[in-house]
Amino acid sequence: MILLKTVNLRKQFGETRACDGLDFVVNKGEFLSLVGSNGAGKTTLVNLISAHLQPDSGQILLEDRDITFTTVAERIKAGIARSFQIVNLFDGLSVFDNVALAVFSRDGKTVKMTRLADHDGDARRETLDVLGQFGLASKAAAPAGRLAQGERKLLDVAVAYALRPRLLLLDEPTSGVSTHEKAQIMDTVSSVVRGGMVTAVVIEHDMDVVFRYSDRIVMMHEGSFLADGTPEEIRANKEVANILLGAPLAI
Amino acid sequence: MTRRVQLLENRSLLKLAAAAAPILLALIALPSLINTYQVQLVIYGLIAAIAALGFNLLLGYTGLLSFGHSAYFGIGAYSVAFVVAHLGPHSMEFYLLLGIPLVAVTSALFGYICVRHTRIFFGILTLAISQVVYSLALKLFWVTGGSDGLRVPRPSLFLGLLNFSGSHGFQFFIKSYYYYVLGIFVICVILMWVIVHSPFGKALQAIRDNEVRARFLGLRIRRFRWISFLVSGTFTGVAGILWAPLNGLTTPDILYWTFSGEIVFAALLGGFRNFTGPIVGGIVFTYLRTYAVASTEYWQLLLGVVLVTLVLVLPTGIVGAIARARQRLGRRNAVA
Repeated sequence: MILLKTVNLRKQFGETRACDGLDFVVNKGEFLSLVGSNGAGKTTLVNLISAHLQPDSGQILLEDRDITFTTVAERIKAGIARSFQIVNLFDGLSVFDNVALAVFSRDGKTVKMTRLADHDGDARRETLDVLGQFGLASKAAAPAGRLAQGERKLLDVAVAYALRPRLLLLDEPTSGVSTHEKAQIMDTVSSVVRGGMVTAVVIEHDMDVVFRYSDRIVMMHEGSFLADGTPEEIRANKEVANILLGAPLAI
Repeated sequence: MTRRVQLLENRSLLKLAAAAAPILLALIALPSLINTYQVQLVIYGLIAAIAALGFNLLLGYTGLLSFGHSAYFGIGAYSVAFVVAHLGPHSMEFYLLLGIPLVAVTSALFGYICVRHTRIFFGILTLAISQVVYSLALKLFWVTGGSDGLRVPRPSLFLGLLNFSGSHGFQFFIKSYYYYVLGIFVICVILMWVIVHSPFGKALQAIRDNEVRARFLGLRIRRFRWISFLVSGTFTGVAGILWAPLNGLTTPDILYWTFSGEIVFAALLGGFRNFTGPIVGGIVFTYLRTYAVASTEYWQLLLGVVLVTLVLVLPTGIVGAIARARQRLGRRNAVA
């Protein structure tokens, strides 16, 4: 079952072809990793799917519905949410409020002006539930700006997850943290995402992490797809190994 | 877990009420302790507090610095003067009934234009629009009285229940009007407190902190800014409506950009990062200005020095500085 499909998707920045006619397919329920060197076009692809950027040409289909020209708000309503590579949070608000806002926004409750946010029992329960799943319940009252980097990365994912998307796009959820924390973050993220039956597309550089958690791996290079397959297939692919090591093997 | 957080919330609400109650009681007792002139000064302070409170929904909670809030204060005040000149019933309730929708509509209209931009561009737009309103008030003298302004006699309060004609009218009016303004002030504070703690208010703060991420929660940024502008302008307009009968005269001064500057000053003085900051700022600024004007010809210089000192020494304003000092004290006690 295909959840999302792009058809001949193109985006060019000056002379650079960041996405050079991509036919990208995401299947329902899979945990897909998008890999490739810097400048391969991974983030551009995620930006196009999430409506952060408009494509030069091509189509984006969510279950056969053309969403190419929809706005960010419409795409979120359709079920596409994302997190950011450089942590993007509401630092002046509490950890609780960061997630609660996603819940309010999804339910169309942000128009409410004359009811206290803290008195909404349903939103409160759901927010605490999401925070619990991401292991952040004990930090609920702290300002988001005071969290440690690893917790901030998790909160960033939790905010996107609280929108209850069908497709969750995660741009480097483990960048900027120690190797030890990387495993912890990915354990949490993958178990929540799989438990919630959410389809995920994750951009990741650490190949150990990628091989361990992904159902499928798609490799990009200079705006095109280079390889696509299960972790075993990718591991066996010589071309991929060459790119990953940055130079042809000298044998 | 849910219960514990709920309990904490209720406790913080109780704490808030407990902190506000003695202040409110003191404010109720105040007129019997001080002379009429001082009461009058406190009313001006409360009105400035309402204006700054409204202004701060934009600055503190939405992250937009308006340099044209004199327009909404002035339109509120002039709406009262127009009612006096053309419509007749000198009733405060009638002024509010006509004035509030008028200010809301003009705030909505001007806000719609201004929120197309942010940062300095937003500030310049608000300033430009307020200056247009000022020029109109000055030039259309057959409507506005030009620089002479329009007279506003003492209105009746509570649907004509209290009248203030006669020889002792003035003192009686000031005392009654004090409680009238105090009542509206309390309503405004509670209303604003609810707004900034509502899902809508949280969304404003999210937009202030991080516009991009707010967009990726599905929030329509411009619409939120617009509604925030509307509410902000209306609160400041209510302050203008209350101000006109107290002052007895509306002149174009209150539409001029320096008056917008005074609202900004009041919010900075109290601290725009705290809910109570602009309230304290509005009251303190009123006293500061009054005594500066009374004591020296160079009162503007004095206020300027205060402003510069404020920015350098107390960037978080009076309330921000007190909060920080209390935090530090609390920590020291916890250690000891």
